[in-house]
Amino acid sequence: MKNDSRYIGSKALRALVWGAAALTVAMLLAMIANLLVKGLPNLKPSLFAWTYTSANASLLPAAVNTLTMTVIALAVALPAGVGAAVYLVEYAQRGNRFVGLVRIAAETLAGIPSIVYGLFGAIFFVRRLGCGKSILAGALTLAVMILPLVLRTAEEALKAVPDLYREGSFGLGAGRVRTVFAVILPAAAPGLFAGVLLSIGRIIGESAALVFTSGTVAQVAQSLFDSGRTLSVHLYAISGEGLYVGETYATSVVLLVFVIALNAFAHLVERKFLRRSAN
Amino acid sequence: MERTFKIVFTAAAALAIAAVGTICLFLIVEGTPAFGKIGLWRFLAGCSWRPGEGSFGILPMLAGSAAVTAGAVVLGVPVGILTAVFLAAFSPRNIERAVRPAVTLMAGIPSVVYGFFGMMTIVPIVRSLFGGRGMCTLSASVLLAMMILPTIIVVAESALRAVPRPIYEGALALGATHERCVFAAVLPAAKSGVWAAVVLGIGRAIGETMAVIMVAGNQPLLPKSLLDGVRTLTTNVVLEMGYATDLHREALIATALVLFIITLLINGGFSLVKRK
Repeated sequence: MKNDSRYIGSKALRALVWGAAALTVAMLLAMIANLLVKGLPNLKPSLFAWTYTSANASLLPAAVNTLTMTVIALAVALPAGVGAAVYLVEYAQRGNRFVGLVRIAAETLAGIPSIVYGLFGAIFFVRRLGCGKSILAGALTLAVMILPLVLRTAEEALKAVPDLYREGSFGLGAGRVRTVFAVILPAAAPGLFAGVLLSIGRIIGESAALVFTSGTVAQVAQSLFDSGRTLSVHLYAISGEGLYVGETYATSVVLLVFVIALNAFAHLVERKFLRRSAN
Repeated sequence: MERTFKIVFTAAAALAIAAVGTICLFLIVEGTPAFGKIGLWRFLAGCSWRPGEGSFGILPMLAGSAAVTAGAVVLGVPVGILTAVFLAAFSPRNIERAVRPAVTLMAGIPSVVYGFFGMMTIVPIVRSLFGGRGMCTLSASVLLAMMILPTIIVVAESALRAVPRPIYEGALALGATHERCVFAAVLPAAKSGVWAAVVLGIGRAIGETMAVIMVAGNQPLLPKSLLDGVRTLTTNVVLEMGYATDLHREALIATALVLFIITLLINGGFSLVKRK
């Protein structure tokens, strides 16, 4: 404290650090407040009509499609991701070459931009596999996209299961498969669930990967081979037309509420999980 | 039973590798013919993108991606790292409890929502401050800076927290203030992790599509100033893929291939920095 200039420097640094944190939070709050203020008054019942018309710009069909998309993408990605995590944590030997390769592949997948996934989906699922622009093609594309996320969160959840559980199970004479299904997966369930919530967030928010795979039809998809837009794609589509500013704000609010609810829920699960593993 | 499930789990793990392989394969198979037909050099270094007249040069888009990403890094990285420092070393407990969920929430907000907010708020502000149309490099950079903040904060903070306590205490024992200990001892010790955060942020910014498309103006021209409209590699694909056929379509897939290679290089850089 003797050196005055240094003391002033420290004060300035502290101000800078607090300022940056305040700016971060302020930007988020400004965005949320802006969307709520302009969106809430526009939340009309007509936005939730079962069929979309150019007069009502209803978001309900898109919301239903989002739900379908989420269920299918998870149905594909969850077994694959959790299965891979079980292999990595419970089966693989240390220093295994294959394990290294799986890790590199997962890291690579995590870094690919969503538009590249979209283009890949359009080439592979839509054209080569002949799904056409459909909910199915979109969901499969998303499944590949969220695979690394599911894998990573599942791996962390499995690693958090104490070795005592494994030893106890083996000691009682259970085999590896039985140990995995009867002991380890149930014990890791909250962690796995948190991963699922994160994945749902990714699916709801995705748009670039879906425009050319599941398409932009604004109605409820009647079958998996129908095209249908999700809520995010819907938001993008109506924002570009310039006619639906109020509706777009309202749709943003709905998306925002979904995301905030998911986050809060994930937070809750995580805290419960932490408390349980502390006991 | 044991054997079957071992095979099942191994197959699940192999799926990630298969996915990467399939993606590479199809992008290469469908994208590389364009390199041959257009000429690799004319494709990468050509200044004009006029699909109708058969000229496919992606230099404007390469420049556009570089410009918006650089802008996002210049604006977002200082704020992100300082916020990470705040969370790791300055924040009182109760404030930390409010800031942390805010950061998580920022990471979870869909890019179309960011894009719409940018279109309705950032673009008009830029327009009234600097003139022009408002849909430009600057608007895209500001928006991307917001979007990469959570990535940078989370990665940088965990790097800062991983620094051993004695490094901080040693500096404190030498009589430095708390602020100087953090900035002169802890931050340099976390250098590689903080760089990793920056690299990851760059990867995010360069790959972002829908938010950029809504605020960047999308003209396929070399940007001369921050207030000119730009088109990036990502938005080029979305804007034209819907109606492209033949060589035009292949050129768009080749654009995505170039983007894919760039992100692979960035990821490689990330794991290199992280390993250090």
